[in-house]
Amino acid sequence: MSERRSFIQGNEAILEGALAAGARYFAGYPITPSSEIAERAARRLPAVGGVYMQMEDELASMAAIVGASLAGVKSFTATSGPGLSLMMENLGVAIMAEVPCVIVDVQRSGPSTGLATKPAQADVMMARWGPHGDHSAIVLAPSSVQECFDLTIRAFDIAEELRHPVLVLSDAIVGHMREDVLFGVPGEVTPVTRRDPGVTPSEYVMHSDGPDGLPVPLPPFGSDYIVRANSSAHDETGYPSADPATAAANIRRLHDKVEGSVDRITDYEYIGSDAPDLVLLAYGATARTAEQIAIDGVRGGEVALVKLRSLWPFPEELIRRVVGSAPVVVPEMNLGQLVREVERTLGPDYPCYAFNRSDGQPIEPDELRSFIEEVVL
Amino acid sequence: MNRGYRKYILEEKFPLFWCPGCGNGIIIAALARALDKRGVSPNEIVTTTGIGCFGKADDYLATNSIHGTHGRALAFASGVKGANPDLTVLALMGDGDCATIGGNHFLHAARRNIGVTAIVSNNLNYGMTGGQYSATTPAGVVTSTSVYGNPEEGFDLCDVAIAAGASLVARSTVYHVGVLDRVLDEALKNPGFSLVEVMSSCPVHYGRRNRMPSAVDMMNHWKRSGMPESRFRDLPADEKEGRFPIGVLHRTDREDFSSRYASIQEEAGGVRR
Repeated sequence: MSERRSFIQGNEAILEGALAAGARYFAGYPITPSSEIAERAARRLPAVGGVYMQMEDELASMAAIVGASLAGVKSFTATSGPGLSLMMENLGVAIMAEVPCVIVDVQRSGPSTGLATKPAQADVMMARWGPHGDHSAIVLAPSSVQECFDLTIRAFDIAEELRHPVLVLSDAIVGHMREDVLFGVPGEVTPVTRRDPGVTPSEYVMHSDGPDGLPVPLPPFGSDYIVRANSSAHDETGYPSADPATAAANIRRLHDKVEGSVDRITDYEYIGSDAPDLVLLAYGATARTAEQIAIDGVRGGEVALVKLRSLWPFPEELIRRVVGSAPVVVPEMNLGQLVREVERTLGPDYPCYAFNRSDGQPIEPDELRSFIEEVVL
Repeated sequence: MNRGYRKYILEEKFPLFWCPGCGNGIIIAALARALDKRGVSPNEIVTTTGIGCFGKADDYLATNSIHGTHGRALAFASGVKGANPDLTVLALMGDGDCATIGGNHFLHAARRNIGVTAIVSNNLNYGMTGGQYSATTPAGVVTSTSVYGNPEEGFDLCDVAIAAGASLVARSTVYHVGVLDRVLDEALKNPGFSLVEVMSSCPVHYGRRNRMPSAVDMMNHWKRSGMPESRFRDLPADEKEGRFPIGVLHRTDREDFSSRYASIQEEAGGVRR
């Protein structure tokens, strides 16, 4: 059987990726520029035995996908910045109770209603630090329609493996542009599925790790196992506990399971010169601008692009390795968010430059090239 | 006496966390009896809770659970029921959880008529945080944040549920346990959204500030206040003040969300559950 191919929007590709990953439950609230995901979910999900629920707000949407996932159905939602703000409360529940699910944020300009609904990349730090309390985050960032499809499948797989919510951080440009996308050979996409816990119900400990070092499988509500999903500090069984040592162990375990999986999660593409005089670090729509520069080159030196497809956990070792000692430029459609992590990783003396635009407009190749040629090289 | 209800209760977690005179234990026991009567096993039940005194109810239940965030129990419950209509899904909330911070979810769960049984322990104030007024606290009542009397009117939660479209709406009190057992059974049989509002005692916070400082005072208050709808209807207007009807107050056979969605799946060519 040959590969299916289609010319569709990034948002539509995200929905197709979710279906290919086996997702069968969507709860959401319409918001531009993400609404095409909900619309396609409403049409496609019931046709494959799935469920689309349009909730009263994003608080409810996030809660509903946690509930659906615990009921055994891979679940997801899609929104933009204002909606993501409302989801933070219950995103914390998914982290705390170790419930796999996927949240798509098609970023738009902020703060607040902002330049509705022009593109931006200013939710990078909210995606990392939005929910209160100590926690980690898993965030993937597509820059093409193909990556919307591929990374959405990847997001569901990571969510299932680590029993952790995964954010797909898209933007209004990637979400609305149309490109050719290959869906893969049917049957050859093999998403991670929920496994049997492999122990008896009385032996099952919900918040523990299996022999592979990953959280034990999550049985669905209604099976022979009792599952207690708890937003409060809890012991390994999910029963609430106010014991400081128990709380510390739980928080540390949730943190370490993500930060310790940085190699499993990290995804990037290296484009351009093998011995660059300058390295561009970019993600999302801005990576397309940077890619143009990596292809065309600049006056005064060789250029390479490290296109990050995962942002969190931040791939520190990768960054140190790929930059060599070349100056680094981090272009972002915000006032400088991910560049802070790059600076922290490379140290205060490293030549690291931010190029920022926060006016609802994409960074154009010419302006980035001028910056590189006039300021950096 | 039939002890079958005990399998729903985690007795090893006793004593209950709640204050002496609190009505929550009475509601838990009535719920366990109703579940036992329906014959549904603990692993087929999902209890969702939020935050507040009754938000700790799942600590004492042997069912599956989601102990979520303040006001969101019905939103978690809607996701569970939406994904698997075969589960028995409960949302146990206080008046702060359901009527106040979670009011929007309450309206829409009722409107959607999704098959969740909402059981609200309405003690007319926020007990957990020290007795502040909620959206069901009557006007004029003294609480820790309405020391000169509550300037706001409280909701009649059953009226709200009926207006929003709930297919079964019932009320009882922690004094009228026979009625409570009966309405919980009716609610669990209803395929759509059910509200069981249980007027509950909080002598420590609510009662103490409103001349009902003991558990017995509060029980006498509920005994005097709650009455069958037929009797309530015939009361002269001036005697209705401070009183309310109990029992099943509203029932329709409106189709529930999951049944409607199964038709949509069939229409769309998907597999009907």
